[in-house]
Amino acid sequence: MEYDSHECDVLVIGAGGAGMRAAIAALDKGCSVIMLSKSVLGKAHTVMAEGGIAASVANVDSGDDWKTHFRDTIVEGCYIGNWRMAEILAKEAPGAVYELERFGALFDRTTEGKIMQRAFGGHTFKRLCHVGDRTGLEIIRTLEDKILHRNAKVFDETVATSLAKDGDRVVGAIGFHMRTGRFAAFSAKSTVIATGGLGRIYKVTSNSWEGTGDGIALAFKAGAELSDMEMMQFHPTGMVWPPAVRGLLVTEGVRGEGGILYNSKNERFMLKYSPEKKELDARDIVARSIYYEIQKGNGTEHGGVYLDIAYKGREFIMKKLPGMYEQFKEFSGVDITKDRMEVAPTTHYFMGGIRADPESCATTVDGLYAAGESASGLHGANRLGGNSLADILIFGRRAGEHASEHAKGIAAHHISRTDVEREAGRIMRYLDGHPDAKSPYLLTDRLREAMQRHMGIIRDGEGIRKGLGIIKGIKSELIGVGVKGIMDFNQGLIECIALEHMTVLAECMMASALEREESRGAHARSDFPKKRQEWKVNIICVNRGGKVSLSHSKVPEPPMELAEIIGEERYA
Amino acid sequence: MHDNAIKLRVFRKGPGDKGPGRYDEFKVPLEEGMSVLDAVNYAVENLDSTISVRWNCKAAHCGSCAAEVNNYPRLMCKTRIEDLGPVVTVHPMGAFPLVKDLVTDLSGNFEIDGKIKEFRPKEGLGEPWIMHDIDVGRAQEFRKCIECFLCMDVCHVVRDHGTKYVGPRRVIKAAALDMHPMDTIDRSVSLTKDGGLGLCNVTKCCQEVCPEHISITDNAIIPEKERAADKLYDPVLMLVDKLKALGKGEEDGTKKNE
Repeated sequence: MEYDSHECDVLVIGAGGAGMRAAIAALDKGCSVIMLSKSVLGKAHTVMAEGGIAASVANVDSGDDWKTHFRDTIVEGCYIGNWRMAEILAKEAPGAVYELERFGALFDRTTEGKIMQRAFGGHTFKRLCHVGDRTGLEIIRTLEDKILHRNAKVFDETVATSLAKDGDRVVGAIGFHMRTGRFAAFSAKSTVIATGGLGRIYKVTSNSWEGTGDGIALAFKAGAELSDMEMMQFHPTGMVWPPAVRGLLVTEGVRGEGGILYNSKNERFMLKYSPEKKELDARDIVARSIYYEIQKGNGTEHGGVYLDIAYKGREFIMKKLPGMYEQFKEFSGVDITKDRMEVAPTTHYFMGGIRADPESCATTVDGLYAAGESASGLHGANRLGGNSLADILIFGRRAGEHASEHAKGIAAHHISRTDVEREAGRIMRYLDGHPDAKSPYLLTDRLREAMQRHMGIIRDGEGIRKGLGIIKGIKSELIGVGVKGIMDFNQGLIECIALEHMTVLAECMMASALEREESRGAHARSDFPKKRQEWKVNIICVNRGGKVSLSHSKVPEPPMELAEIIGEERYA
Repeated sequence: MHDNAIKLRVFRKGPGDKGPGRYDEFKVPLEEGMSVLDAVNYAVENLDSTISVRWNCKAAHCGSCAAEVNNYPRLMCKTRIEDLGPVVTVHPMGAFPLVKDLVTDLSGNFEIDGKIKEFRPKEGLGEPWIMHDIDVGRAQEFRKCIECFLCMDVCHVVRDHGTKYVGPRRVIKAAALDMHPMDTIDRSVSLTKDGGLGLCNVTKCCQEVCPEHISITDNAIIPEKERAADKLYDPVLMLVDKLKALGKGEEDGTKKNE
């Protein structure tokens, strides 16, 4: 079999904000870098980030500082976030924003000409530096231009299907180029996973095509520990109508700029659920409030609630939220400068993922690093809006730097022909052409249905057990899955591989959710509605010969001076 | 809604196939608000999973699903079926080499990108930088670009002259950098001399198809052409440069631009 063979110091899998920032950091350290992207370069899910990047530059609210940002992150993450990661985030975010500006990004400005900031849920101060409602696109384009002018090898539309190992060490990845169907080995001294989240494991999601958790599943199969797999964030406001766009994100920026939620009785119901913070409470709380209103029969015709920004006037909306105006006009024929939007919660962001060291982003497997949404720890049980864009820049850079340090100390390992051929054989089996091969789309539908039904905003033990049963059923059917066609740009084949990943991850998510017998942040159980002190732990998943093995890890206690900033956690 | 259906015609051509390719027809049931991309994906998931189609966000934010729908360059995710007739024909972008079916090879675009000089800020700027919305806004218009490359697809100059003209996407990229308040490089001359900007005869087709409604021709191409004309064809400057060049014996008499 013919295949391409590449070698580098640092292999970055994923080309969103975290991957690109990691690649730039590794290049800065003098390493040779290969970056893989499942999509066309520049299309990663980061482009979907709208509202802004959280950093306490205090241009609008002068009282803001890193301590407040740190406290907001830990408190709204319900105290199971890693204190050191939160400290790094809060301290380094302003620098990351200014660095982006030096790279050429153009943020909106205050009247004094400084970077403009807006309010967002759970942030004490106006903290989100933004570019209208397309902040993620600005970040991607800025980093992309840096990469294109540097000496990195970029392979876009290239899928990594497994990590290569030499003993206990990860030594790169094996995959194929979608456009040519050619297999390739990427031998690397260090490998960074920056493949983003897994929103597409649900039926209703704001996530792109690529959000199938590939990197998390690859790391799990390679032996890395995952944590907080029960923590899936439901964004309070996704579109509900028409059905074709159900789940599409309506940026929190709408509420940040003054948007108000009403039920079908025209009551501003957030006054009841969160009298102080109202619409701008943390995402878990607003999402659940909307869910309860809909359950109570106070929903709109299409099963949502109303979000009103029209009262702010056309000029304001066109300046602050042009993307939202366009989105509603094009997709549902609603003019948001005149009418209210219909919204409901949508699967949005994964707080769980690969367990990574706060300083170095090293995973529990030698040679493997993780950053961004595919890593876990920073956001705890609930992520604050705007923290993920800071996360990808700060921890992307750290992952790239530490992966480079690691690469300098070791010799290269060449991925063997045997390994490549075995992996290629495993992938090409999906194209065997059995007349009774099962469609990956049907099984994926079943999996998404099970996740939506049993792992939604409110869960219970019985439901999760049912869900686990369905996933195990799907797992047993995987062997018979297949599609027609050739290797070249075969979407069906990609779907088969994604299904493999999603099945593994769904099992980890359900097992962890069943384990956590309490309600905390995004994880709400009707059979255990209270938060409980003994659950101030992170649940760890590890692969034991194809089985998910769970353990508890106590949340590390911060040093005294930081503990004082956060304050004691309260239990009702 | 399911009693309604459309006829979807999808262009098919594989990597080894000779000839002009063919159209496969699919009957797709209509759903309210359905986009052309939804229809194509319905066909992929239910009728023929070997159709190759590129898509990503399904929300007109990423620009992956550009194609020619009923002969007009559009984003499939943003084109609603109910705005079209009962027959919908989808063809890949014709300006780029075909990979398979609806997928084209866009990699040439990124090679050109690497050749446009990157942002270079003024030296010795104190932080934080002070810039004002009114100045930032001019470049921000171009930075809205989602790189769908529909502007390149529709451009007859790109189709006729190939790589001799960098194309509208690259011009707005250069313009975004040129109009950055802190940038120090002028890219208009290299756009003209190496990028074939002069070939563009401002028919404005590109800005007509732009899904982000960027005024590509009016706000980027024309100003860059004017700036280049000032630098290259100002009679006084030309004379000065000629004299200088004679003195130095250089053939290229223009001001050094990057």
